[in-house]
Amino acid sequence: MNFRQFAFAAGCFAALAAPAYAETHVTVLHVSENPAQKAIWQQIADDYNAAHPGVKVELKYLENEAFKAKLPTMLQADESRPDLFYSWGGGVMQAQDKAGFLQDISKDVAWESDLSPTAVDAFKVDGKTVGVPFEVGEVAFYYNKKLFEKAGVKAEEIKSWDDFLGAVKKLKAAGVTPIVVGAGEKWPMHFYYSYLVMRLGGEHALADAKAGKDGGFKNQVFVEAGKKLQELGALEPFQPGYLSTKHGESAGMFGDGKAAMDLMGQWLLGMQAPNSTSGKGLPAEDIGILSFPVLPGGKGKATDTLGGINGWLISKSAPPEAVDFLKFFSQAKYAKAAAEKAAYIPVVKGAEASFTDPQFKRLADDLSKTTYHQNYFDQDLGPSVGRVINDVSVAVAAGQMTPEAAAAAIQEAADQQ
Amino acid sequence: VPASGLATFSEAEAARRDPKGSLSLADVTYAEARTAAPAYPEPARRMTLNGWAVVVIFLPPALLLFTVFVALPITEAAYYGFFNWDGYGRPEKFIGLKNYGYLIGNATFNRSLINNGLVIAVTLIVQQPLALAVALMVAGRTTGAVWFRMIFFLPYILADVAAGLIWHFMFDGSFGLTSVITGALGLKPYYLLADKTWAFSAILIVILWKYFGFYTMLYVAGLQAIDRALLEAAEMDGASAWQRFWHITLPLLGPMIRLAIFFAVIGSLKLFDFIPPLTGGGPFETTNTMVSYLYYFGITRMRFGYSSAVGIVLFVICVAFAFGYRRIVMRDD
Repeated sequence: MNFRQFAFAAGCFAALAAPAYAETHVTVLHVSENPAQKAIWQQIADDYNAAHPGVKVELKYLENEAFKAKLPTMLQADESRPDLFYSWGGGVMQAQDKAGFLQDISKDVAWESDLSPTAVDAFKVDGKTVGVPFEVGEVAFYYNKKLFEKAGVKAEEIKSWDDFLGAVKKLKAAGVTPIVVGAGEKWPMHFYYSYLVMRLGGEHALADAKAGKDGGFKNQVFVEAGKKLQELGALEPFQPGYLSTKHGESAGMFGDGKAAMDLMGQWLLGMQAPNSTSGKGLPAEDIGILSFPVLPGGKGKATDTLGGINGWLISKSAPPEAVDFLKFFSQAKYAKAAAEKAAYIPVVKGAEASFTDPQFKRLADDLSKTTYHQNYFDQDLGPSVGRVINDVSVAVAAGQMTPEAAAAAIQEAADQQ
Repeated sequence: VPASGLATFSEAEAARRDPKGSLSLADVTYAEARTAAPAYPEPARRMTLNGWAVVVIFLPPALLLFTVFVALPITEAAYYGFFNWDGYGRPEKFIGLKNYGYLIGNATFNRSLINNGLVIAVTLIVQQPLALAVALMVAGRTTGAVWFRMIFFLPYILADVAAGLIWHFMFDGSFGLTSVITGALGLKPYYLLADKTWAFSAILIVILWKYFGFYTMLYVAGLQAIDRALLEAAEMDGASAWQRFWHITLPLLGPMIRLAIFFAVIGSLKLFDFIPPLTGGGPFETTNTMVSYLYYFGITRMRFGYSSAVGIVLFVICVAFAFGYRRIVMRDD
């Protein structure tokens, strides 16, 4: 390459890199791999750009793990900091707020009254709004209707924990693996522990433990929940080799009809088919949904739900257009479109009516009628304590750790924060 | 370098010389080879102007790269190791040596150390002799040797993570290779990766399979560099195949073996890539290595101060080994 060629190439590069004319950019960083969801978001961004000359909203994608690893660094510098970015709420969001990376938008979000209040609250830190939710999820038992029939188990009769354990025994006796769990990745098992804590201790259990009341995580609720989990594990309800099974594999096993139940988030519905051996999975009409059973004497209700709440956080240097875009984003028409396509469960009130997919409709109904919605424990508690909950859930279920030791391990992690 | 190898050999050989002098011809050859080696010129006592110019021109790029990518990050890690820091903002919560305190007596970290030790042991006791044996078989110019060399080397070319994923399926009890074996023997399906006592052996098997080809190639290169005249001379003197191997090949291969062991130990200490696809450190945190411990208990938990402390411990162990080994074992190479 001689000098003139070089100069020409450099000139071209500069021309491409420099913005043609001054316009406000709003970068949105997300981790979604769901094609239907991404299509709707792209549509919203395009609509917004068309309606607002001089503003350009750009969606940028980073793979989940890469996103988590890079974000702390990206937030440090003005050049790399996204204006809006994906969040699971909880402990990580609080850390981001404490470090001063988030913008307080409390004054600009009066329109949030159209959204589910639980979801809106999930993006507040110390009473100030730092983000806007867009979707909620629900963890529930998905069951294989044919296998339930084969074992003579009636889903509608499973109300209490004892009913549930009875069903597990019946399934085992009929030669059916009762439950599939991807315990190799640990977090799938923490759904059991979380729900048991919620059903036993009700809506204040986790908050009280975090605040250190009654011995923090060493209190009776967490120990008792561990005992129930151990009780379940002692029945050996999981597929053989469950300790090394990954999440994707477990979804495939459910799709192959190798196990009767899977306690999982709504994404299982989309995952079971592509991960199954045949690639077809179970037909939708063979999959039923069952709420986590209640515990007699527990403070939690059957209508309390556990599930993710995802939203957009606003970084400290974001222009006012970013908040304006979120308002545009949260319109009912887009939520309805998401519901019609069963792309995700939007948080806009009334969107549940637009679901035509029966399973999504059921989940959206549950969520709209929820008496208490809890974010995933491992998100709520932040990565440090959260991962310990995941670890001990597996260890307790496998009988490798006593419920007392598990509770103490969580408290120890909380103390080290 | 070869001169010193010969020196070691001749000295050792002189001490245990066969009284019948059956190896005399070989000895003479070595003695000649040794004296024939040119003496190195005395290094200049004072730097010439030319020498300084070389330093000024060539040192800064290397020094800069070393500083930016090695020295600075390590210093920073050492600094962060004193903080309770989640990676957001600047580290502010100074906690002194507490991060190191958490490490001492931590069962999972101890297990990781033991696992690293196991990797080193298996690499040295099984992998290196195996690689040497295979190298002896395929180093010659016999037909097919080149093909075998390539086949043995193939696993090394594969990315570690890809290899880990493949073996994850192989070890699967319901549809992997394991299931074929248990099925043929009429046994119950066995899930090696879910067995807390034996899961780490799965990782050892994969390491063995993946890297022995690399060391085989190192030894093949070493073997091909040995002067065939020495072996032929020894053969004429009536040395058996074992004597030739033990008294000629092995000592002459010494520098290569010491180098291979150096690579093997350092590689074992920083082993990471196989752990996430195979076991993710489970079941019950029994299959972590120091680096996977750092990743799973530091980085993914956003405990950057703690992971820095683990990194420093790992760094100290590696540096102590590297310097110690080069000082003591590779002194003459």
